[in-house]
Amino acid sequence: MKILGISALYHDAAAALVVDGQIVAAAQEERFTRKKHDASFPANAIRFCLEYAGVSRDELDHVAFYDKPFLKFERLLETYLAFAPRGFTSFRQALPLWLKEKLFQKSLIVKELETGVGDAVDWRGKLLFSEHHLSHAASAFYPSPFERAAVLTMDGVGEWTTTSLAAGNGQNLEVVREIHFPHSLGLLYSAFTYYTGFKVNSGEYKVMGLAPYGEPKYASLIREHLIDIKDDGSFRLNLDYFDYCTGLTMTNGRFDELFGAPRRSPESVLTQREMDLAASIQAVTEEVMLKLARSVARETGEKNLCLAGGVALNCVANGKILRDRAFENVWLQPAAGDAGGAVGAALAAYHLHGRRPRVVPAHGDAMKGGYLGPEYAQHDVESRLKAAGAVFEVLDDDALIDACASALKDGKAIGWHQGRMEFGPRALGGRSILGDPRSPAMQRTLNLKVKYRESFRPFAPSVLREDVSEWFDLDEDSPYMLLVADVQDRHRIPMNEEQQRLFGIDKLNVPRSKIPAVTHVDYSARIQTVHEHTNPRYYRLIKRFKALTGCPVVVNTSFNVRGEPIVCTPEDSFRCFMGSDIDVLAVGNCFLSKEAQNPALLTRYEEVFELD
Amino acid sequence: MDFIKELYAFLKARKKFWLLPIIIVMVLFGGLLILAQGSAIAPFIYTLF
Repeated sequence: MKILGISALYHDAAAALVVDGQIVAAAQEERFTRKKHDASFPANAIRFCLEYAGVSRDELDHVAFYDKPFLKFERLLETYLAFAPRGFTSFRQALPLWLKEKLFQKSLIVKELETGVGDAVDWRGKLLFSEHHLSHAASAFYPSPFERAAVLTMDGVGEWTTTSLAAGNGQNLEVVREIHFPHSLGLLYSAFTYYTGFKVNSGEYKVMGLAPYGEPKYASLIREHLIDIKDDGSFRLNLDYFDYCTGLTMTNGRFDELFGAPRRSPESVLTQREMDLAASIQAVTEEVMLKLARSVARETGEKNLCLAGGVALNCVANGKILRDRAFENVWLQPAAGDAGGAVGAALAAYHLHGRRPRVVPAHGDAMKGGYLGPEYAQHDVESRLKAAGAVFEVLDDDALIDACASALKDGKAIGWHQGRMEFGPRALGGRSILGDPRSPAMQRTLNLKVKYRESFRPFAPSVLREDVSEWFDLDEDSPYMLLVADVQDRHRIPMNEEQQRLFGIDKLNVPRSKIPAVTHVDYSARIQTVHEHTNPRYYRLIKRFKALTGCPVVVNTSFNVRGEPIVCTPEDSFRCFMGSDIDVLAVGNCFLSKEAQNPALLTRYEEVFELD
Repeated sequence: MDFIKELYAFLKARKKFWLLPIIIVMVLFGGLLILAQGSAIAPFIYTLF
């Protein structure tokens, strides 16, 4: 049975192909259109999935869409009705959009499939719709390594649901409890993202990264006025302080009054206040997530927990849930955001609609390390790079690994484009920029000269799986960079008295460990464990770097500049390489150094993309 | 026609026929808004809908 899953038209559009229960291919549309968070119909991603698997459009049994537009319209109407006449401005903006497009989503999807994938297929007859949070839950449970598990999904909002608890057992998956709009942990976090001057739906990572620089001074204010958290982790928001039900923004004047100032203007200087706000909302979010996880464990008696939904990308909170040990095992869907809904919708259609049995993977999970996107054969890479004007050497595997490991040791930033592209927001050694974590200057250099992004933002380490507990306070698989743990005590560098007195961003310049480029100011790190069976070439590179330096860790950040989607093709990689201060590029077996390139092809990439 | 049938089935399944008069009024009102403004691009901070 062949099922195409689609998520589109709201946030991150994506497509995924499931063949006989196996996830064969998945990709986000933004990687092809080069427009970050592209929400448009994912025609490119669908074509890739079908071509990669060699499946023709006629062979598809079903096309599964990741949410239900009528249910969403019901929410829209009932929300406006409940708040009338206050939401008139918002209503006036939203209604034409719905009456022109969104209400007729089935016809729209059929039309897009006809033009983007091909006509002469009964698309209407093949189309299925899955509920938003069921798609998230399916994306978290079915690919997990568990026969049975409790499944917790949390995000901004789906149709009505913002938080759900589901029970998964074999092929069955049933949603048992839900928290509905407008009470949403995701929207609360997004409100603070907005208030601290970042872009909603992409700046949430920045708030999380900023939190360790601050003190949770406002946490009690948030608990007193904004959110009522019950012992079981369920919650209600006080809507007097939010504007999203009736207006076009997230917060309102009362929110500003509560925190004593208007929102920070985007791109203005970050102050200690924003850091304290970030620390406060992070603390409250962690409290809710921990309470929810504990109550779910008590209630279900399950030993395994699966997480998905945008809030599950909060890897700091995930690490706390793991260490809390309410569950023995925790598995996180790497594409936890809306893009992952494409995978979930397809799997839900296969197991729930198609009633097909589920086979739990014998080793690891069914996400194939997250490497589900396009890959390019060596001859194709060479012809594409030649056409782009690149000057390169073709090295055999050993020589390539040697050259890259040596470049890393020499403090160079490496563009690493190998094998299949990752599905989900994290680069996991398929489309990554790599660096030496031992270098105290690496974080600033990568942030300011390579990625053109804010200097406070931390980088993540990739570490050989067998060495993870040697360097970090973690002895679990974390292949998707969704868990945060502390650097081991013996690798930390204690601060002197003067350094301990520093506040906020000033702490950034104090090396905290032997791997300062990946150690956050609170000694934490967002860890990716690298496994030989899922990414052998990346594993070999780190192994060689360890042989040269004694350090089994490299800095791994996504291969893009600020505002750019992660690179997809060899041409994208070459352009990003030529437009930033990346020193060396390895695409397949092609090795490129910056000095060898034609200077006329150098560009200023910094201003090409709209800032996120 | 398919749309009407699907909407009917939805309202029946959800037991929300009370929404029907509101939907009709909104369709009429929304039609006027579309005629009046022409563009359907909504500058929402967060795409809730």
